[in-house]
Amino acid sequence: MARIHTAKPTATKTPEAISPMGEAWGQFLRNRPAVFGLVLLAAIVAFVLYGRYGFAGDPYRIVWGPLTAPGVREGVYLGTDFLGRDLLTGLLKGGAPTLAVGISAAFLTVVIGIAVGALAGFFGGWMDDLLMRLTEFFQVLPALLFAMVLVTLFSPSLFTISFAIGIVSWPPTARLTRAEFLRIRELEYVTAARSIGASNRRIIWRVILPNALPPLIVSATLTVGVAILFEAGLSFLGLGDPNTISWGLMIGQNRGYLLEAWWPVAIPGIAIFLTVFAVSLVGDGLNDAFNPKLRSR
Amino acid sequence: MGTLRYILQRLFYGLILITGVVVLNFFLIHAAPGDAAEVIAGEMGGITEEMMAEIRANYGLDQPILVQLGLYLSQILRGDLGMSYHFNQPVTTLIGQRVGATILLALSAQVLAMVLGVVLGVLAARKPQGILSGFVSVFSTVGYAAPVFWTGLMLVVLFSVVVPIFPVEGMISARFRGDAFDYALNVLHHLVLPASTLAILFLAQYARLSRAAMIEVLGADYVRTARAKGLGEWRVTFHHALRNAVLPILTVAGIQFGNLISGALLVETVFNWPGMGRLAFDSVLRRDYPTLLGVLFFASAVVVIANLLTDLSYRLADPRIRTGGR
Repeated sequence: MARIHTAKPTATKTPEAISPMGEAWGQFLRNRPAVFGLVLLAAIVAFVLYGRYGFAGDPYRIVWGPLTAPGVREGVYLGTDFLGRDLLTGLLKGGAPTLAVGISAAFLTVVIGIAVGALAGFFGGWMDDLLMRLTEFFQVLPALLFAMVLVTLFSPSLFTISFAIGIVSWPPTARLTRAEFLRIRELEYVTAARSIGASNRRIIWRVILPNALPPLIVSATLTVGVAILFEAGLSFLGLGDPNTISWGLMIGQNRGYLLEAWWPVAIPGIAIFLTVFAVSLVGDGLNDAFNPKLRSR
Repeated sequence: MGTLRYILQRLFYGLILITGVVVLNFFLIHAAPGDAAEVIAGEMGGITEEMMAEIRANYGLDQPILVQLGLYLSQILRGDLGMSYHFNQPVTTLIGQRVGATILLALSAQVLAMVLGVVLGVLAARKPQGILSGFVSVFSTVGYAAPVFWTGLMLVVLFSVVVPIFPVEGMISARFRGDAFDYALNVLHHLVLPASTLAILFLAQYARLSRAAMIEVLGADYVRTARAKGLGEWRVTFHHALRNAVLPILTVAGIQFGNLISGALLVETVFNWPGMGRLAFDSVLRRDYPTLLGVLFFASAVVVIANLLTDLSYRLADPRIRTGGR
């Protein structure tokens, strides 16, 4: 960061007041990959919502012979799986559980991460030591393996899967939150808030946290992508909720027939890929928008 | 002296972490619905209450929980991770047969990803707005977004149906015969696809990271000085700049080890690679808790050791840390 930027002459007209969030949003809209990601994500969410609420098909119904290739039979656009179930219907119905697990696991990750990181960064001392040792401990556990153990012990359901993913994924968020809190708590406006007698709780919630939000929003966005990949991995290993069709489960179930038919495996994988890709583009775009220093790159 | 003391300190700390994993393991088994006796009973078929009580006594399941924890800890201290319910062999034996395969896979992937990633990143950093830079940015997002097991499955289709030049299953050909050199070649041939699959996931991250680190370093004063002395571009890039950009790359390599093991787990399942991941997968299917927890314990130990080695290489790479300049 040792570069020196020479100040450009500013416009002579008095600029209208823009909030930092508004400025970041403007910046985001100028970032083409990010806007592409947002549009793609919106399309996927619309597809999934239509599948959940607008579409009446049954993903478990056998529509034609097993492993029919895409486009061979009219009306079975993406082909059928190993039992002869329609893959397009599976995609439509399997999206909601996939996204639901991704979002709830990311939510849990962020809640635990912020709580641990905020306490450690704000109070410091033994609290910081204790919580950071705990964080390191969870970073040593291989995440997927630990999640496998949790799901095996407590039987797979959407709830246990989200819970397991959340439990293993929070350390990076905690570290990030702690670093932000350590930085911000030394700033003058925090001293000012303290000098007028604000309580610790008020300082954490109303003074520091709002100012620490930008990197946390970025991290939360990227965490949704990580959680979706995680769910797919668990389902592939046979640890998905067997009663709920999801994209990962479709891959896992059709895997044994891979050499006879690639499409029942390839198609749900493309759906997962596009979703995580869109989420990452949005996350990267937010990151650039919140970090003016990086914009020149 | 400083380094030795540092190593001992880290070792001690690593031991505490691993003990933590063991205690966590223990409480997880106890928190789960149903106990070992019920699983064994399930494996054996029908069983009477008396036999259940006998199994519980044999496994010490009738003791108070803290006594059981003590027994469990002393058992592990003696290098005994218990018996597998399914394979009916000591868990340590099962893991010992497989740990080499996992480490071979994980290390090859790590080396492949780091070398290729750093080269790509360095070349991209020389022209931050160039085509290669754009490629690295796109590729790193794409490589990250594709589920690793799915990439593997697609490679299986490609290399078993379309261009069958690499084996897609196992670590060694069935009915293999030949000397040690042929054996190594055969394993290497089998290693190509699994290692590449796993490397793709991390390659992109290293490329992106080393690109950013190099852009930063290439703008530094000492690089300008080196150029002003009239040194060649290659020498400046690889000798002066890369040496200074390597630290953030090492840091990430250390953090990645846990993820590397998780990735290896999925890749092993795809390619039938006979490592710890396959074992974990099999023991999940059979509800073989001692084996599953043994793998968790062992994998955590591998991560702790890998982190320790990363810390040490960090000290070697950065003289400022070695001399204790705090």
